Amino acid sequence: MGGFRTLLFKELLRFWKVSFQTVLAPLLTALLYLLIFSHVLEEHVQPYPGVSYTAFLIPGLAMMSMLQNAFANSSSSLIQSKITGNIVFMLLPPLSHAEIFLAYALAAVVRGAVVGTGVIAVTAGFIDLPVRFPLWVLAFALFGSAILGSLGIIAGIWAEKFDQLAAFQNFIIMPLTFLSGVFYSIHSLPPFWQALSHVNPFFYMIDGFRYGFFGASDVAPHLSLAIVAGSFLVLSFLTLWLLKSGYKLRQ
Amino acid sequence: MTPAIQVRQVHKRYGAVHALAGVDLEVRQGEFFALLGPNGAGKTTLINTLAGLARADGGSLQVMGHDVVADYRQARRNLGVVPQELVFDPFFSVRETLRIQSGYFGMRRNDAWIDEVMERLDLTSRAGFNMRALSGGMKRRVLVAQALVHKPPVIVLDEPTAGVDVELRQALWDFVKQLNADGHTIVLTTHYLDEAEMLCQRVAMLKQGRVVALDSTQNLVRSVSGRQVRLRLAPEGLPPGLEGIRVGSENGTHLLALDDYPDLERVMGTLRQAGSRVLEMEIVQPDLEDVFVQIMRKA
Repeated sequence: MGGFRTLLFKELLRFWKVSFQTVLAPLLTALLYLLIFSHVLEEHVQPYPGVSYTAFLIPGLAMMSMLQNAFANSSSSLIQSKITGNIVFMLLPPLSHAEIFLAYALAAVVRGAVVGTGVIAVTAGFIDLPVRFPLWVLAFALFGSAILGSLGIIAGIWAEKFDQLAAFQNFIIMPLTFLSGVFYSIHSLPPFWQALSHVNPFFYMIDGFRYGFFGASDVAPHLSLAIVAGSFLVLSFLTLWLLKSGYKLRQ
Repeated sequence: MTPAIQVRQVHKRYGAVHALAGVDLEVRQGEFFALLGPNGAGKTTLINTLAGLARADGGSLQVMGHDVVADYRQARRNLGVVPQELVFDPFFSVRETLRIQSGYFGMRRNDAWIDEVMERLDLTSRAGFNMRALSGGMKRRVLVAQALVHKPPVIVLDEPTAGVDVELRQALWDFVKQLNADGHTIVLTTHYLDEAEMLCQRVAMLKQGRVVALDSTQNLVRSVSGRQVRLRLAPEGLPPGLEGIRVGSENGTHLLALDDYPDLERVMGTLRQAGSRVLEMEIVQPDLEDVFVQIMRKA
C-alpha cells in the first residue's frame, strides 16, 4: 500500500500548492452566489416551513462547490499529466488499478470536503445554520464527492485535450449541478421539470445533504442515499474497469 | 542464470503499422546492451511494452524472470526506465519529485539513497529547486535519478543523451558505467553509435520491428568487410593496377578499399612493381556506424 499512500499524498500536495485556485477561489464564488441570490430572493421565497431562503441556499452551495471541486481535482490532475507526459511516472511503478483509483478518488473527496467545510464556515457569519443529522450530512458529502471524483477520473482518462475536458465539465457536470435544486426546491417547479429532476442523480445528492441540516427534503433521504450509493458503486466499477483495461493510458 | 530481460515473439500493431513484428531478444544479467535502429524501428515501442506503458498484442516479455503482465509488480520493481521525452511534474521540487517516485515503489524512507543519487548526478545544489526552474540538462539528470530511486537491477535508458551537452554526456556515462560495474544490467538506445560501441558489450539492431542483427559489438565490427588503407605515395600518382579499388583521392593521398588484411599484401606488391614508394600509410578500421549502415542497407 506504500504506492497508494504516496500517490494520495502527491495528489493532496498538488492541489494544496495551488490553494488560491483550488480552495480560495471556489469559496469566493460560493460567497458571491450567496450574497446575490439571498439578496434577491430572501424576501420572496421560503422553500420549507420555518427555513429561510438563505439558510436553504447554504447547504446547496456547499454541496455544489464540493461536487465541482471533487470533479476538477481528479480530472485536471490526470489531463495535465497526460498532456505534459509526466503520467509515465505513475504508470511505470507497480501501482495497481485499484490503488490509482482509490488515491485519485480520495484526494478528490478531501478537496471537496475542504471546500465544502470552507463554504459552510464562511457563510456561517450570515445565518445560524442548524445541523439536525450530522451523519447524513457526512454520508452525502462523502458519496457525492466520491462520485464526482470518479467521474473526474473517467473524464481525465477519456479527454485528450483541455477542450474535451471543458466540454465534459460545461455540458454535463455544470447543467446537472445547476438543475439539481441548489438554488430552489424542486416542488416549486412545473410537473415536467419536477419529473425530469428525479432522473438527475445530482438532485439526490443535494436533497439528501440538505436533509442532514434541516430534517426536511423533497424526497425521502433513504431513497436519496440508496440512489447516491448505487451511483457510486456503478461509477467505481466503471472507473476500475477503465483503469484496468489501460484505456487511453497504456497504448 | 535468469536473463535480465527476455523477449519472445513479441508483436505490437498500431493500426496498419506492425511496430514489433515478432521480436526475440535476451539480455543477460550484468550486460551493457545496446538497442539500435533508425527512427521508427520499434526501439521505444519495445521498451514501452517491457515497462508496461504499452501492451503487446502477442508474445511474452520478462524482467528478471517476472512476466510484465501476469507478475507486473515484480517486473516493474526490477526495472528502471529513463524515458526519451523530457517530461517533469511542474508542481514539485527535485527532492519532492524523487521522494514521490520512491514512494510509488513502496520505499518511503529512502532519503539516504536519494541523497546519494543526487550527489552522483550533481543535483544536490538543485534539490530544493522547482522542476520548472531547471535547465534541460538538469531535467534530464532528474529523469535518470527517478529511474534509479528504487535501485532496480535492470536499467533502460531510451536515448538519454539526445540534445545533451558534452559535459553531462560524459558525467552520465561515467555514472552509468559505475552502475554497470556495480552489477546493474544496462540497456541503452542511442543514435550516437560511437557511444554504443564504446560502452556496450552486445548490440541488437532493429529495423521495421524486427531484430536484424544480434551479436557482441566486437563480432559485429569484425563481420563487416570494408577496411580501407590511406596511402601517400612517391611519385604521387596511383599505379593503374590499383584504380579498381580506389575509393577516393584527396590532398595527395589515396583511399583504397580492402576486403581483408591479405589484400594489403597484393596492394604492396603492385606498388613495388610500379616503382612507387609509400611515404605514409594508415589502416582505416570499420566502426559500428559502418556496420549499422551496411546491415540497414541489406536488411
